[in-house]
Amino acid sequence: MNREDFPMLKEDIVYFDNGATTLKPKSVVHAMDKYYLEHTSNIHRGEYDASIITNQLYDGVRDIVRDFIHAKNSDEIVYTSGTTEGINMVVFGFMKKHLKKGDVVLTDRAEHASNVLPWLVLARKMGIVVKYVPLDDDYSLSVAKLEKEIDDKVKVISIAKVSNVVGDVRDTKRIGEICKSKNIYFVVDAAQAVSHVEVDVVDDNIDFLAFSAHKMAGPTGVGALYGKYELLCGMDPLKYGGGMNQEFSSDGDFEIKTPPLKFEAGTPAIAEVIGMGEAIKYVSKIGVDKIHEHEVSLKKYLVSELRKIPNIIMYNEKSDSGILAFNLEGVFAQDTAIFLNHFHIYVRAGNHCTKMLKEEMNIRNTCRISMYLYNNKSDVDRLIDALKQSENIFKVVI
Amino acid sequence: MDSNLRREIILEHYENPVNRGLVDDDSYILKNTNNDSCIDNIDIMLKVDDGIIKDIRFDGEACAISTSATSVMINTLLGKSVDEAKKILQNYQNMIDEKDYDKELLGELNVYDEIGRQPNRKMCALLPSNAIKSILEMLEEK
Repeated sequence: MNREDFPMLKEDIVYFDNGATTLKPKSVVHAMDKYYLEHTSNIHRGEYDASIITNQLYDGVRDIVRDFIHAKNSDEIVYTSGTTEGINMVVFGFMKKHLKKGDVVLTDRAEHASNVLPWLVLARKMGIVVKYVPLDDDYSLSVAKLEKEIDDKVKVISIAKVSNVVGDVRDTKRIGEICKSKNIYFVVDAAQAVSHVEVDVVDDNIDFLAFSAHKMAGPTGVGALYGKYELLCGMDPLKYGGGMNQEFSSDGDFEIKTPPLKFEAGTPAIAEVIGMGEAIKYVSKIGVDKIHEHEVSLKKYLVSELRKIPNIIMYNEKSDSGILAFNLEGVFAQDTAIFLNHFHIYVRAGNHCTKMLKEEMNIRNTCRISMYLYNNKSDVDRLIDALKQSENIFKVVI
Repeated sequence: MDSNLRREIILEHYENPVNRGLVDDDSYILKNTNNDSCIDNIDIMLKVDDGIIKDIRFDGEACAISTSATSVMINTLLGKSVDEAKKILQNYQNMIDEKDYDKELLGELNVYDEIGRQPNRKMCALLPSNAIKSILEMLEEK
């Protein structure tokens, strides 16, 4: 759907790498262009017309994000450079202060590096313990197995809403209830979830949630961190400078602002924030439920067609998203991706930043197809046609 | 070179590479090579005796170009002196970088003479040579 909004699709390509980054619709690029071409100015404290327009747009995005993830309050929305920065802020700005040696953070081996490494650093620095919930046979994360791992030492559950290789949609509603009843902090990586499935931070009792705009039709280099307001008040900034302080003087006294501004030192990515707002408007107009339904039905078609090809190994046929990891039997994933590029079909090959998943899957590298609203049956048909010719793969890649 | 012949040589080395499998022997120097721009991951170990490369072995998971280039490189360097090996490695790098190089010196490695035109594959072809180069540097520092 809406293919005409994405100029890159006028090229003869099949874009199946949406888990890495999505294409951008014209409206998003135009909104950013408009800032650069018509009202370039810095945010806050400018009393001239261009600055007033910029301020309104920039500040207005907080309300757009608030509504998109169903937060109560715009002050709970912090602009970031993306999911990675958001999670790092939570781990080093909040958890470092509030956890103690021996406290357990529960996560799983399908998580992206950005939801693993910060915790591992904290484990090294202060002796918290990172534990992994075993995945199910289909590599999804079940609430039942997660519950089994919970004891008094578990203080944090930090998981993706949608995992980026397996593509399973986690039951954050149920996990949020468990966290609430057991007084556990609930941190959610929503990078692969936003605009693919509904995200509701209040209903799911989420304490912190991070996402990136570029994986949902928006620009790179920008995202948002949601935190419950009282938690944000207890979180330290990782950056200090202009825009985040109330007062400072040469006797060493200083006072910082309240959330969210206390986390936003320095001139931010203004055009990108405006682009993120536009992207949210764009996907909301289509409807997240509709996008999800479209991706899931397209994946079903993809899986049914791939089953007809004998040398395909699929790793996550059943997961309820537009993500499929596969390999051609006996072919290195990178060679498969290079082969598909010959047909202008763009997929990603590798471990997809989930380097621990190999411990569960027994395979290090896969090709990943990740779909979005503009993919269609004809994209799938082109992929299938190409893969049917894979006996010639080395004629192409060598 | 005829493209069919080129493909045949590369494919043969990819499917049946020489010296695959590491050995537990302290007289070798081991280097793990992880390609930053892709997902190839190969361990290479090398043994030098009296200034001569006596053995090179490798193991790991990598694409057709990396795997085959490792195999061809091993064949080319076995029995050479360290100085000869360095010359070959430099000329190989030059070939991949599309600079002047001595074709005669490279033998079967010439099958990769067009890889330089594909920027995303250059690192694959350079994986074994970079690893061996750094092992030789480690030896010199010893």
